Amino acid sequence: MKEEEKGLSTIVKVVTRWIVGFILLFGIYIVIFGHLTPGGGFPGGVIIAGVFVLLTLSFGREVPLRKLNSTLASELDSFGALVFLLVGILGLYLATYFAQNFITTFPQQYFRPFSAGVIPICNLAIGLKVGASIFMVFIILAVTRVISVGEGRMKMLRKRTGRRRRK
Amino acid sequence: MEILVLLILMIIGAFIATETRDLLSSVISVGAVGFLLCLAFLYLKAPDIAITQMVVEVLALIILIRATLHRDLTFVKGMRAKLGLGFSLFAVVVVTVLSIPFFQDLPKFGHPLLSEGRSVANFYLQEGLRKTGAANITTSVLLDFRMYDTLGEATILFTSILGALAILRRPSHKKVKEKDKEEALK
Repeated sequence: MKEEEKGLSTIVKVVTRWIVGFILLFGIYIVIFGHLTPGGGFPGGVIIAGVFVLLTLSFGREVPLRKLNSTLASELDSFGALVFLLVGILGLYLATYFAQNFITTFPQQYFRPFSAGVIPICNLAIGLKVGASIFMVFIILAVTRVISVGEGRMKMLRKRTGRRRRK
Repeated sequence: MEILVLLILMIIGAFIATETRDLLSSVISVGAVGFLLCLAFLYLKAPDIAITQMVVEVLALIILIRATLHRDLTFVKGMRAKLGLGFSLFAVVVVTVLSIPFFQDLPKFGHPLLSEGRSVANFYLQEGLRKTGAANITTSVLLDFRMYDTLGEATILFTSILGALAILRRPSHKKVKEKDKEEALK
């Protein structure tokens, strides 16, 4: 199967190409400015995962997997979780108790991007983690499908990829 | 008043979602309930949660429609159990009647118990910026005062993703080897 035939129609593909960058930018903004405006790591990460979901829906699943394969996604997931944990443990060593904000913010720094100590770092870590893991869940759910076998019973199948079909 | 309208619409949407026979319209009414909940959060002046609700709702809808809704399974077959519906209605009525005295003891809507005097909520509102430096109080609570809870949430998410990947991964090495052996025998 040729690449042009996969996914949805040309209109959807062109609009997706225009819009994907802006959605990604919005997700990154939500993550980075999470301590100043509404948002934070979790919604921003989900928006970033939504970019890849949109690419999967309109171009087929090979295109986003070429940009972010599942190994890299699971590594990013673990990396985000570890950074978040590391910030907590660093609070124990550099300050007094676990998960303490060990970078002090001075009053002239209020309402600036570089403020709030460890909170932006935690937001970035959570954004990475949530984005990678939700993208992985979507890819996993998109390649498996449930079919009904007989009366009331169901079976889970993995959709065949193009590579296998050629064999 | 507006919140009541939103709640009634949400309850209607939930009823349609459980009672309709077409799975696609059921999924769509679940989405309608989610967006009404997002509107309710906006009305209650909680934009953080409204953004999260909107984004997660959209992704959940896409996953539900695309990944779990297949051609073979779009209609629910079989009769609906009327006895079960009667029993659940009876249970709902009994629980509502029994809980009316407790509803009268609850604080009024919009006046939480914790907001009076020297309470934790007031402390967060007054000292949040000075203690953490974050202009967004919600984030300062989530990632500074209550970071231990957020760590627990992240652990739950991580573990659930791990479980989903373990169940839905590619067929295990053992099965692949057996298949190869069978093909070799043929």
